[in-house]
Amino acid sequence: MTPRRIETLYRICWTVALLLLAVPFVFPFLWMISGGFKSTTEIFGAPTLIPRVWRFENFAEVFAYQPFARQYFNSLYIAATVTVLTLFIASLAGYALARIRFAGAGLLMLFLVMALMVPEEVTIIPNFFLIRAMGLIDTHWPLILLPVFGPQGVVATFLMRQFFLALPRELEEAGKMDGLSRFGVWRKIALPMARPALAAVAIITFLHSWNLFLEPLIFLSSLDKFTLPLALSNFNDSYGLPLWNLQLAATSLAVVPILIIYLIAQRQIIESFALSGVKG
Amino acid sequence: MAGTASRDNAARQPGAPWLTLKTREMLEAWLFVSPTFIGFLIFFLGPLVAIFYYSMTEWNLLSQQATFVGLRNFENALLENPDFWHVVRNSVIFALGLVPLNIALALSLALALSRPFFGVVFFRTVFFAPVVTSAIAWAIVWKFMLQGEGGAVNQMLAWIGIDGPNWLREPNWAMAAVIVTRVIKMVGLNMILYIAALQSIPRDYEEAATLEGASRWQVFRMITWPLLAPTTLVIMVLTTIGSFKVFDHIYQMTGGGPENGTLVLAFYIYQQGFKFFNVGYAAALALIMFAIVMALTLVQVMLRRRDME
Repeated sequence: MTPRRIETLYRICWTVALLLLAVPFVFPFLWMISGGFKSTTEIFGAPTLIPRVWRFENFAEVFAYQPFARQYFNSLYIAATVTVLTLFIASLAGYALARIRFAGAGLLMLFLVMALMVPEEVTIIPNFFLIRAMGLIDTHWPLILLPVFGPQGVVATFLMRQFFLALPRELEEAGKMDGLSRFGVWRKIALPMARPALAAVAIITFLHSWNLFLEPLIFLSSLDKFTLPLALSNFNDSYGLPLWNLQLAATSLAVVPILIIYLIAQRQIIESFALSGVKG
Repeated sequence: MAGTASRDNAARQPGAPWLTLKTREMLEAWLFVSPTFIGFLIFFLGPLVAIFYYSMTEWNLLSQQATFVGLRNFENALLENPDFWHVVRNSVIFALGLVPLNIALALSLALALSRPFFGVVFFRTVFFAPVVTSAIAWAIVWKFMLQGEGGAVNQMLAWIGIDGPNWLREPNWAMAAVIVTRVIKMVGLNMILYIAALQSIPRDYEEAATLEGASRWQVFRMITWPLLAPTTLVIMVLTTIGSFKVFDHIYQMTGGGPENGTLVLAFYIYQQGFKFFNVGYAAALALIMFAIVMALTLVQVMLRRRDME
């Protein structure tokens, strides 16, 4: 065989291996959607990928079983709020840490690195009592405050700082000459240039909040305050056994929109994670 | 620094702004970082100090009062409570299973997908998709697929003549199942980090070695792998820490069962603190977990440093 043909053969082998390997990554999504359309009898019968009877009522029952629309909205608005707050706070702090030499900056950086190293499980117990003392149990406040000021916010601050460090200073200097205040420089010159970093921070922050589980589990008790992951884990019958078809239908409703956005913007999303992973 | 300050002072004239440039800069900087800093004090530093105190108290559920008990909770965990060592053992098994599997798979995928070929974007997209999916959703679907009877996994195994176990009802199989499904969920992240690292290695090195007659394996062993060492260290540290923190996945798939077979440290802390309200004991556990995570990080960094010398 010529080297060229060996190379082709090699390629084909690799592609087949990759396709096989892809099955456990793709199949769960297909199975989830298909399960969401099945009847209870079919769920427990011999499994087929295409439901024998398409049961669309599942999706109506999802909304009847719990205030699912309200829970969906909760997740959306909490994730949006966390994202906006994080962008604002992290870009302010990241900018100062990158551009201004001030007393205490080194110490602050050290503290922030520390915040990254400590697992959330360590601070969640005292935070629970703090939130309770503030009277914010069973509200959405802890789901906003803890991520914004927790490790996720720190990662965002570092990402922003890193990005500002790599930006040329000249434009900002010019802005200062034109009489802009420090805040004006940040707002009118630095932020517009930082769009790629802001986008990356927005993506990882939104997804982190959207998928958050421990905090909602600990802080929320009323059904209409639940966020999606908590709501999903709550589709059980009176014996605590899962109502599979409803649970899978609800899970599909929660996962598919994110997947579609991911498929459209996969390049940008993957890059954002790569950026934050290297930093973290 | 001192030079700038004295120049500022000299330049200050009557009627000039009251603050020197340097002080103003500093005030501005602190204004910029103040939301981050205040949040850090309230939701991180405060709790971090408090947990040391909590870990030395015992809580009375009825009166909501804390009694100081010294190191009693640590004694209880380390010396008396058999659950604790069982839980640590589970966490170690989980990490020992997950970390090598995750890294080996991530590296293989990255090697296969770091260079452009037809379908490379498709494969990257596929292998990364579970990373953006909620762990709860992922665990729900896998729990559904891993049912003993009528589960999709056992159905597929039956096609090739294997009689699959009741995965999530037998402790050892359940542990294997949570490890593997967690690897599938998270491997995309490490794959991406490896791909980025591979793409930053200049192609000349590998080409030169190939010209000199090195085999693919030799090129990988002698050139690629050593150049990836810093990335591997970061990935190892992050993945190990992540494996000790795993919670939602276990919560949804097994609830720590069967027979506490998948009861790992993070889940145990949640159980003790928020279900049984053994707040002091849970706080002690959280600190032990923190110590384990720090120790593991240090060991890995030190091993790697010795390696490189």
